Order: sequence, then C-alpha cells, then structure tokens
Amino acid sequence: MGIRTLVGMLVAAVLVTALLAMLPGYSLFVPELLRGALLTVEIAVLGSLVAVVLGVLAALARMYGPAPVRWLATVYVEVFRGTSALVQLFWLFFVLPQFGILIDAFTVAVLALGLNVGAYGSEVVRGAIQSVARGQWEAGTALNMSRAQMLRRIILPQAFIAMIPPWGNLFIELLKSTALVSLITLSDLAFKAQQMNQTTFKTIPIFTLVLLMYLVMSLCVTIGMRLLEKRASAGLSRGRTA
Amino acid sequence: MIWDWNFTFEILPKLAGAALVTIEATLLGFAIAATLGLLVAVARIAFPRSAWGISVVVELVRSTPLLIQIFFLYFVFPKFGVMLDAFTAGVLAIGVHYAAYCSEVYRAGFDNIPRGQWEASIALNLSSWTTLRDIIVPQAIPPIVPALGNYLVALFKETPLLSAIAVLELMQTAKIIGSETFRYTEPITLVGLFFLAMSLVSAALIKALEIMLDRRMAR
Amino acid sequence: MTDQQPMVRFDNVSKRYGALTVLDGLTLDIGRGEKVSIIGPSGSGKTTVLRMLMTLETINDGVIWVEGEPLTHMERNGRLVPADLAHIRKIRAKIGMVFQSFNLFPHMTAMQNCIEAPITVLGMKRAEAEARAAELLDMVGLSQKKDHYPSQLSGGQQQRVAIARSCAMRPKIMLFDEVTSALDPELVGEVLEVIRKLGREHDLTMLMVTHQMGFAREFSDRVCFFHAGKICEQGPPGELFGAPKNERTRQFLNAVLEAG
Repeated sequence: MGIRTLVGMLVAAVLVTALLAMLPGYSLFVPELLRGALLTVEIAVLGSLVAVVLGVLAALARMYGPAPVRWLATVYVEVFRGTSALVQLFWLFFVLPQFGILIDAFTVAVLALGLNVGAYGSEVVRGAIQSVARGQWEAGTALNMSRAQMLRRIILPQAFIAMIPPWGNLFIELLKSTALVSLITLSDLAFKAQQMNQTTFKTIPIFTLVLLMYLVMSLCVTIGMRLLEKRASAGLSRGRTA
Repeated sequence: MIWDWNFTFEILPKLAGAALVTIEATLLGFAIAATLGLLVAVARIAFPRSAWGISVVVELVRSTPLLIQIFFLYFVFPKFGVMLDAFTAGVLAIGVHYAAYCSEVYRAGFDNIPRGQWEASIALNLSSWTTLRDIIVPQAIPPIVPALGNYLVALFKETPLLSAIAVLELMQTAKIIGSETFRYTEPITLVGLFFLAMSLVSAALIKALEIMLDRRMAR
Repeated sequence: MTDQQPMVRFDNVSKRYGALTVLDGLTLDIGRGEKVSIIGPSGSGKTTVLRMLMTLETINDGVIWVEGEPLTHMERNGRLVPADLAHIRKIRAKIGMVFQSFNLFPHMTAMQNCIEAPITVLGMKRAEAEARAAELLDMVGLSQKKDHYPSQLSGGQQQRVAIARSCAMRPKIMLFDEVTSALDPELVGEVLEVIRKLGREHDLTMLMVTHQMGFAREFSDRVCFFHAGKICEQGPPGELFGAPKNERTRQFLNAVLEAG
C-alpha cells in the first residue's frame, strides 16, 4: 500500500475514534484506555530498542564472531524464535523468581518482548548484510580497508536501508505482543480493556475503541518506517547504478 | 532451586493431555485459516469491487493483537445470544486472524500466475469457476505451501494465548500446576521445550517440503 | 629496467577451483612503470591474475612478489610461510584496482567515495583528503560532479570516479579489470582517455585485462595472450598484433578483429 493510502487510513481511524469517543456510551471509557495506551507505547518503544540492539549484536556474532560466541548467538536465536512469546514472558515472570531473581513486571515485559523480537531481528540483519553486493566488499579490499572499516562505513549503511521494511513488520509484531503483558498484571491497553469489560460488560464499545487504538498505533509505525526508508535512501534511488 | 525430576514425571501425563488440546486447537485453527483465507483471496478475484473493502478488513485484523480479538469474540458472541465455549471462541479467533495472513499468501500465489494462463482459459471458453479450480489454483498452491507451513507454525506458537480465556491447553495447564504446587520452573520449562522441539521439527519438515516441491516444479 | 627487481613477480603461481585449474604455473614479471595488457578468450584465467594480485582470491601454489617482498607469504626464520592479514594489508597498500562493475559506494557522493579510504585507512585529515580528491576528480574531468551520487552519473562518469578513488590511495600498481566492458560504446572513449592520461603523467605500473585491442596495441608496452590458464604468447604490441607467432593467438585475434 502506498504512503497516501496508509495516511488516509490513519486519518480515517483517528476520526472514527474521535467521533466514537464523543458518544455517551463510549466516552466514559476513553480516559482509562488512553492511560493503558500510554503504557503500551512505553513498553513497545523500550522493547523495540532492546530488540534492535540484540538483533544487530546476534547477527554480527553469528557472522563474524569466534566459535563460542557464534554458538551462543545461534542458541539464543533458535530458542527465542522457536518458542512462543507468551511462554517466554511467563517463563521470565514465573520461573526467574524461583531462582531468586526478582525483577518487576515492567522490566520482565520489556526484556521478554525485546529478546523475542530481537531473535527474529537478527535474521533480518543477517539477510540484509548478505544482500549487499559482493562488489562492495571487493572495492573495500582494493582500497585496502580492514574488515571492520568495510562493515562500518560501506556495508552496514547499505544493509541498513534494506533492513527497514522487515524491521517495520517486526516492530508491529512487537506492538501487538505488548497485549500479552496484560496477562502478567501490567495495566496496558489490553489489561484496561479486559478490566473494564469484566466490570461493565459493555464489550462492543470498549473493544471497538481498543481495536481502533491499536490500529492507529500500527499505522503510525508503518508510516514512520516508510518515511525513514525514503530519507535513508535519498541518494540511492534516483536513476540506476551498474 | 534444583530441578525436581520426580515432580517432572508426575506432571508429564497432565501436560501430555494438555498437549493434545494444543494440537487440536492448532489443527482446527489452521483449517479455518487456510480455508477462509482461500475464500477471501478468491473473492478478491471473483468480485473485484470488493477488493478495497477486503483490504481494509484484512489490514484491521493483521494490525491488531490476536489477544484482543480472542477476548472480543469470546465476550461478544453471548451478547447476540450465541453461547460459545472458550475453546470454540478461541479457535475461531485464531482461525480468522490467521486467515487474514493466509489470504495475503494466496494472493501472492495467484499474482504469480502469468496473465497468459487466464487468457488461454478465456480463449478456450472455460468458465471462471473451472478456470480457477482446474488451472489457476493447482498452479498457485504448490509454490506457496512453505509460506503456509510457516504460518501453521506461527499459529501453533500462539495457542498459549488461549490460556487467557481459560482453555485447558498447555500454558493454562502449566499455570494451574504452578499455582497449585508453587513450582513453576518444571511445568513452564517443559512447555517451552515442547514448543521448541515442535518448532525445530516442523522447520525441518517445511524445508524438506520446499526441496521436494522445488524438484517437482523442475526449475 | 632489466637490472632492477621486477615490480610484480608471479612465481609459478597456480589457482584451482576444485578439479578445475584456472591458472597453471604462471610465471610473469612486470617491470616498474610497465604497462601490460592481458588479452584472451573468457575462461583463460586473465581476470584471475588480477584478482589474485589484489588478494581477492587465494593462490594454491607458488608465490606472488611485489617490489621484492612476498605478498601471499611472509618470511619467518628464513622460510616462507603463508602471510597473515596484517602482512597482506601492508603489501596490498601498493596495489589498487578498478572493476568492471565500478563498485562505487552508492550511499556516498563522488567526493565522499574518494576520501573514504584515505581518511579511514591512511589516517589522513579530512581537509587534506578532500584537496587530494578534488585534484583527482579534476584530472578525470569530473570536478562539476563531485557532490553527485553514483546513481546520478552515467556509466562512463562512474568509472572515472572509480579511477579517481583508486588513485587517491597513491598505489604503485594499478589493475584494470575489463573496465570498459560494461559501458555503452560512446562512453568507452572518455574512460580510455583517463587511463592514457594516468599512464603518461604518472609513473604507474599498470596491468589491464581488456577487450579493447586498439587501445591495448597503442597504449601497452607489452601484451600477454592467455589461453587455458597459461601465457600462450607475449611481446610488444606491434609484434603480437602484427605478426603473432602462435596459431592460437592468430585465431583469437582474427575472431576478435572480425567482430569489430
């Protein structure tokens, strides 16, 4: 979908939400839901940061690290991609205390989501680095650059652009996964929704608003990543290189 | 806290029973997803004017959390007088959610069929239905089977969300064991290992399937 | 030139890919400031010669010497052992290469392409690197385009930037790997002109793999004809092109000249 369609959908969603929020049957839920949405955004942003850091580190470790580091990174990626996000969340929340490690729920949430998405992210990073043409490496060699210099100055900047769309998808997955933290008692948007539903049973207004709010957040992420991609490839997409 | 092997063997039967529920939910959910997804993809082609509306709905389903959709279906149906048990509501929600993803996979599969196939069918005066059934679908499906397989695995890994509406699958059972015995380590770790094992096995199967399909297509 | 040590020496060098021998016991000396063209059919191993010298490929047998020092090996306790990366980089600094597909860095302007390696590898200050790059871009006739990205330049312009980029590292030996083969015919001339200029004004040792027979004839000091991984015939261009001694050379030249 083009950026224009996405922005159109975003505007429509925001308008519908605003209109509904003004109706008597809906407006009473809005303040609490917004508070929940704030926590959702906090967790999503922090979790995304963790995911990016881990994803890049794991990818570099798997591609260029010494054997034990490579093995460790591979285990991390396979375990966190191969098991369920909720299982990972519950494991960190319920099992770590049994080993005497006490972390608050918020940190557990950010860690679990970051670890989970970071594992998928490392595959995205690896794929992007591998997609940079071999000729770029050869040009770096011909200029007598070291491998670290080549990676830092030539390869990674180009890989970065290729990474943006898949990372955008991962950020959206992370945003959706934040709903899981409601199951470890964090008062995010999903928790508020469930809580208010249990007390008032006004399922349709509550969940309609909630679905719209997630849609708005999702669209913001998608549009943001598209704009980032445009800016990052500023010099590249005009005309063609050999 | 050391691992209690006696306890582990005690709880295995319960977890095994729950694993059956998980697998059931997975297969039923995927059956819904694969079928509904195909219907939606075909509807796009058969009724071109609906394409825009379908896109919006698909985007809505894909952009919002499955957990919310599960809650929504579970609590909304009674409002219309339909009493669904948690398992049915949950499996339905998962099915619809993944149908949105599957419909995009089918769509890509259909887009990959060269225009010429459609045109040849018209030239032979085949009906749209026959064209779809005998010409297009048989060519479109094999290349996308691995992608569908990946969604099957993803769906499988999301079944623990059903624990939120108290379906007695693996995660819920593990939590109950934990809250009754105050030993969470063994049950949750076992559940994690089960998912990991199934995940690795299915990844290998999908890889093998991909190779087999590549050979059949004789590229 | 004969009493100085050669600039480059291939000492019985072989390269194999599995069962396929690409270069078979190559022995070749290149003198200081000599301009050598390498011609031959595809698969004859010509590009491999360049790639091995630029350390883009490893060698299976033999030793490559650059200015009297081994490139692929290093001296330890009076013996030759395979070189480590630090040693390779030290010797490799004397060699530069221009590629058929240019390989410019797409996310950098022409100027940035040219200052990148001098700054990161040679530790040059930015101002100095920019001054040098400006001079080189002027030499290749592209001062106006110094702030343009590769995607905004024609093939010929990109290749000229690539040459300037290589020169910025002041190599003693320049390798040209079919640098005009990917260009539209009308753009070939401008690149050949730059190479001529380089050859005239600087004391560069140049090794060129090329299909441009006219250019090879007019510009080179020596031409090597490769066939099936070995040098079939070599000599001054007038001799090799005018009166080839070997039947295969004659066949190749006839086929090439016929194709125009």
